[in-house]
Amino acid sequence: MSKEEIHHPTAKQYFRIAMVLSVITAIEVAIFYLEFLGYWMVPILVVLSTGKFALVAMYYMHLRYDHKLFTYLFVSGVVLATVVIFAIISLFSFGIGRW
Amino acid sequence: MSSLPIPVPNIKISRPVNPTGIWSWITTVDHKRIGIMYGITAFILFLSGGIEATIMRLQLAGPELDIVSAAIYNQLFTMHGTTMIFLAIMPLSAAFFNYLIPLQIGARDVAFPRLNAFSYWTFLGGALMLKLSWIGGATDAGWFGYAPLTSIDQNPGKGIDFWILSLQILGVASLGSAFNFIVTIINLRAPGMTWMRLPLFTWMSFITAILLVLAFPVITVALIELTFDRYFAFNFFNVANGGSVVLWQHLFWVFGHPEVYILILPAMGIVSEVLPVFSRKPLFGYATVVLAGAIIAFMGWMVWSHHMFTVGLGPVANTVFTITTMLIAVPTGIKMFNWIGTIWGGSLKLNTPMLFSLGFIAMFLIGGLSGVMHAVSAHDAQQQDTYFVPAHIHYVLFGGAIMAILSGIYFWFPKFSGKMYSEREGKLHFWLMMIGQNVTFFPMHFVGLDGMPRRIYTYAEGMGWDLWNAVATAGVFILIAGFLVMINNLGRHWRNGPTATNDPWDARTLEWSISSPPPHYNFEEIPVVRSLDDWWETKYGTHEKAVPVSGSSDDAHNSDIHMPQPSYWPAVTSLGLFVGGYGIVFNDLLFPYLFAGIGLLITVIGVYAWSLEPVNDPE
Amino acid sequence: MSTDVHNNNTHEDHDYTTTGLNHRKMLMWAFLGSDCMFFGALIATYLVYQGKSLVGPYPIDVFDIPVTSVSTFVLLMSSMSMVLAYAALTQNKINGFRIWMASTAIMGATFIGFQVYEFSSFSTFHVDIESCAEQKVKYGKFDDYEAELCSNAKEDHVETHDGLKPQTNLFGTTFYTLTGFHGAHVTLGIVWILSLLFLSYKKGMITPERHLDVDLAALYWHFVDVVWIVIFTVIYLFGVFPFPGS
Repeated sequence: MSKEEIHHPTAKQYFRIAMVLSVITAIEVAIFYLEFLGYWMVPILVVLSTGKFALVAMYYMHLRYDHKLFTYLFVSGVVLATVVIFAIISLFSFGIGRW
Repeated sequence: MSSLPIPVPNIKISRPVNPTGIWSWITTVDHKRIGIMYGITAFILFLSGGIEATIMRLQLAGPELDIVSAAIYNQLFTMHGTTMIFLAIMPLSAAFFNYLIPLQIGARDVAFPRLNAFSYWTFLGGALMLKLSWIGGATDAGWFGYAPLTSIDQNPGKGIDFWILSLQILGVASLGSAFNFIVTIINLRAPGMTWMRLPLFTWMSFITAILLVLAFPVITVALIELTFDRYFAFNFFNVANGGSVVLWQHLFWVFGHPEVYILILPAMGIVSEVLPVFSRKPLFGYATVVLAGAIIAFMGWMVWSHHMFTVGLGPVANTVFTITTMLIAVPTGIKMFNWIGTIWGGSLKLNTPMLFSLGFIAMFLIGGLSGVMHAVSAHDAQQQDTYFVPAHIHYVLFGGAIMAILSGIYFWFPKFSGKMYSEREGKLHFWLMMIGQNVTFFPMHFVGLDGMPRRIYTYAEGMGWDLWNAVATAGVFILIAGFLVMINNLGRHWRNGPTATNDPWDARTLEWSISSPPPHYNFEEIPVVRSLDDWWETKYGTHEKAVPVSGSSDDAHNSDIHMPQPSYWPAVTSLGLFVGGYGIVFNDLLFPYLFAGIGLLITVIGVYAWSLEPVNDPE
Repeated sequence: MSTDVHNNNTHEDHDYTTTGLNHRKMLMWAFLGSDCMFFGALIATYLVYQGKSLVGPYPIDVFDIPVTSVSTFVLLMSSMSMVLAYAALTQNKINGFRIWMASTAIMGATFIGFQVYEFSSFSTFHVDIESCAEQKVKYGKFDDYEAELCSNAKEDHVETHDGLKPQTNLFGTTFYTLTGFHGAHVTLGIVWILSLLFLSYKKGMITPERHLDVDLAALYWHFVDVVWIVIFTVIYLFGVFPFPGS
């Protein structure tokens, strides 16, 4: 256990990551008010929040410094959940549609 | 709670020290004892589900019989399905997980012994809650509880509430044990036990546990939504306010189809252990069987809508799910060929476990073929909700899972009891089972294709269904005779059968290298594994004796082995869930949600005491 | 023999593991993977029912993005404070640990406070005549339903309906369930963090050697945070976005 601590980021780095997260959140909210983006808003927001998700998972949850196995356990849940969400939504939109 | 102010209260209920009698069972954390408790409890519940089935078959024995009312009949088929899936096959598999996985991977216990005990007691609580709901009217909406049959308007009784709450509690139990076995298999393998040396039963259990962990949260959410609809008039499945009943079907089957593989993969694992031993050959294509299991688990997530072909999902969805369902037959077929390849050219010993495994292959093949028939969505429209579907599910779950589990029970009986059963009676059981299940379930194909709907409590004369229904009912009695033979055989010989040797079958995996029954610490020295089928290689292979056989070292060594100590808290925590479940169903007793609160309090106390209790107290 | 090495390890409270990884941490990660499916099913339900409510209020009526942005920010900061608490503990700065743990719990409680405020304001939502015009500017969109509400409100000077309750429509049902379960997760996290904080006053319970106890709570806390990252984007920001058909 003690070995992994060596690689852990310092408090300063944690703080910097927090700043990045806050800035991304601010950008997200700003983009939300940019009407002219139209549908472009969706991919941009998806990318930004995925970035936030990844930052927290990699650094705060220190997946980046831990054994790959933890990443597999977690990511399998994340990926499967995402796929199931999309599958159910598309079954509703292409299938019975409105009801 | 117990850790409030700064002078932390030092209320210490000391750990049970060498408890005896009933307390030794309640507080046990020994995976072997928990496994036996799981097995016996699940077998009793299996019999209760069998009684429900028998009553249904009697009702259907002839046209327009009046043995039970339509209302009771609805409860019977719902309870039968729920019981067999959640209270019989899953926990019977769990019994094997508990007993065998640590032995097969060369460990002294599971990774979280107390969590293991918690899983059992929680399972028991959920099971009791479901079965006790017979008092006052059990659930009657079918085992997949389609909305809106479960809505408060259609179904105001308490039966559905019991069903929901007991499934939630059983879900907690299953999740707990699945997490436990994932960690155990990853983390407690003996030195040298690499992934590709893992016994197949353990491999399939591992895949099952992963499926469980990912599938159960979905049914949890579906049940929560249903609960909110019923208790607080939410709109999830309320069509009047725009809700969709199809959403329930999707959520249920997103869970439900992986659940099918949760039921069958451990069975496949058992068969893959039994066949090589009695063929005296290694499993044909070990890596392929493992890979096929993994592919089945993966693809199991892509096929759920084949349960919904007649909902009207549209041609695109039906086509996609037809194709994926056809494809999932491929890895299953691969396993079939591997099993046959294993038997091929082997020097077969047709002992009872082997017979049951061979029976599994034959019966599961029939079930698989009718499964491929359903997979064609156009064809399925003819079969949906007819007796053809129960015929299919009974061939895969009774002819499949139960046959394999029985094979496993006979196979490992000498190991967990230390006694031998009567081979003659075992074979009699096998033949009664083979004849009985085919007489019972095969005619269901005929009446199904002849248009007899499932879940009807009676039928008119002259529909042409009389003969085959009568035959099916007759078959049930052959099955009952078979199980009576089994109970007599195993029950009698467990108490005073001839003593079994450590390795009566000349088997291949580590559990046979230790005494029968194993000592509570399993392995005196943790074995070092050098190959697949290590015990076989140790006996007949080239490498020198690697597995330390018990009795080879001095007794002073034994006192070194520290086993996890018994604990009260798992049972207390489970009790809290049980009380809380009842408290939610009877939420208007004395004070709103009073007993739910009490249950929560017990659970919280249990969890705190549990987490503050060291795994092992210093002695 | 070589087996002796392994023997020594297995006797010590599960110290020997095949992978060298800790049991409990692995359990935690498996649990988090599983919990993803839990939230996945809830989000799927929300999205399937998005735009399918038969009556208002709709997301565009009730969501207050600036307020939710602030609460999102607070939750993000609580994650930072949690990770700093963990870092302080591993460096044996027990007081720093306590301060950061306390601030994590306070920020978590603040987030819950925001949620309570949000729920209560949603459930008492009514169309405000003045804000009708403002909303039009704000979102550049003004659907028929709202126009009708506004005109009704102007004519009658009465509230047109009694707010967003879980029973009101599909949006209420799915929104309160999803965010409510997230809130329940946060609440559980606060209880866990406070328990650890109290335990740190008991000698020998929270030490750098036993940092895993805190690590597990931290993992859970960050997970709750990432779930909120998803909810904020998908439910709040996209919720107001005028998707076709919604």
